[in-house]
Amino acid sequence: MNRIYLDNAATTKMSEKAIETMTACMRESFGNPSSLYGLGQQAKDIIEEARVAVASAINASPKEIFFTSGGSEADNQAIISAANIGRRKGKTHLVTTSIEHHAVLHTFKKLEKEGFEITILPVNSNGIVDLDEVKNAITDKTALVSVMYANNEIGTIQPIREIGAICREKGVLFHTDAVQAVGHIPIDVQSDNVDLLSSSAHKFHGPKGVGFLYAKKGIVLTNIIEGGAQERGKRAGTENVPGIAAMAAALTESIEKMDDAAKRETLLRDRLIKGLSQISHSALNGDAIRRLPGNVSFCFEGIEGESLLLLLDDKGICGSSGSACTSGSLDPSHVLLAIGRVHDVAHGSLRLSLSEETTEQEIDFAIEAVSDVVNHLRSFSPVWRDLTEGKTKFIL
Amino acid sequence: MALYSEKVMDHFRNPRNVGVIEDANGVGEVGNARCGDIMKMYLKIEDDVVKDVKFETFGCGSAIASSSMATELIKGKPLSEVKQLTNEAVAEALDGLPAYKMHCSVLAEEAIQAALEDYYKKTNKKD
Repeated sequence: MNRIYLDNAATTKMSEKAIETMTACMRESFGNPSSLYGLGQQAKDIIEEARVAVASAINASPKEIFFTSGGSEADNQAIISAANIGRRKGKTHLVTTSIEHHAVLHTFKKLEKEGFEITILPVNSNGIVDLDEVKNAITDKTALVSVMYANNEIGTIQPIREIGAICREKGVLFHTDAVQAVGHIPIDVQSDNVDLLSSSAHKFHGPKGVGFLYAKKGIVLTNIIEGGAQERGKRAGTENVPGIAAMAAALTESIEKMDDAAKRETLLRDRLIKGLSQISHSALNGDAIRRLPGNVSFCFEGIEGESLLLLLDDKGICGSSGSACTSGSLDPSHVLLAIGRVHDVAHGSLRLSLSEETTEQEIDFAIEAVSDVVNHLRSFSPVWRDLTEGKTKFIL
Repeated sequence: MALYSEKVMDHFRNPRNVGVIEDANGVGEVGNARCGDIMKMYLKIEDDVVKDVKFETFGCGSAIASSSMATELIKGKPLSEVKQLTNEAVAEALDGLPAYKMHCSVLAEEAIQAALEDYYKKTNKKD
């Protein structure tokens, strides 16, 4: 059975280039970058070259790039740093949105317990933040606004540049969790008016366990990990040299391929959206236009997502769902609830996320497979029976 | 290791006793769509024996497998035995469930007990 990998928002396959870079680094440049002899300095050079490559991918300066263990650490450090900068000036208000990744939301909750006031902005039914809401939420006590570049579940791309402009005008720091966006859509931290940005290598065909934080010159970071003076004293611990090298290789490659990949993926994405829309009582989650090239997210009424995923797995298809049963919690995805999907419908969600390697054949196979599985599950769903017999009303 | 045992996957992929019994004399529905699981059991009881049983389930893999296994465990059994069915027995027959999925076996037990109650109510028989 062929495997059809449509879960690239969860993680991506490493590119050959990234694997080669990583293994070569492990074999030949295993020195500690803090050691003064040649082998150590060779590793140091690899890190600094990677920093230049990563910086140029988002139009930052190399000194503004701090390597971390991934997106979650970068989110934590960005938010805690901005909160501390604010606290020193008596600013104790933080603003974010209801559809952020938990790395952001849980950090906000932690800061709330420490005495910060937090505002969580709603999004519209397409999952987009309203600029006026952002403007109105900012007070003279606001230290930080954090809005994700693109959403991991529903693919919505936020008006980052405009939000950044509002923050600049009001003198408030602006952080964006760009984990799903970096390497997939063009990002320019200068014209996007971004002060802090988080990214993770394994979302753009790099390795897991490595990422970076961009912090605009002049922003004083708070250490999350204390110890040695690595990363200009802001992130202790011997650098993940092979990971950093491979991340830079993968990002450089992704940026080179971006235009073609995005065009190709957008066509296939829209083909998949069109195909899945043919399934009765289904709906696309997120915005049809302002959307990541590789993201497709649907809700199907009358079925539950985990059983859908398991049966798709039997057909070789890897996808994901915002159903409660896939997370071990009682509530379905907070993102689906935030765009107004009721619990019953949110449980029947499916996310398929493409890569530049996805083919038209795979998309067509997936459309048929999803349709078959949804029909099968509906055939013995008491919820579906009640809907079709008119005992309850269809929502989708 | 796979999420579920082979038994769970077998009952999930090929659920036994799926469907509706039109002239069921005991019907029970438990769970709610808000939490992501609904089970509906249909019993055809004659002479204090479960002559036929069918189910419909909205839910995850273990919910579907638990319903399927529960129907297998009670089919053809006297009510005195059916009343004794526990969620542990359902889970055990499936070679176990992950801890956070044990509530699926509880739902299966509850759905059968609800169908039995419905039968007693409809037939004015005492439990």
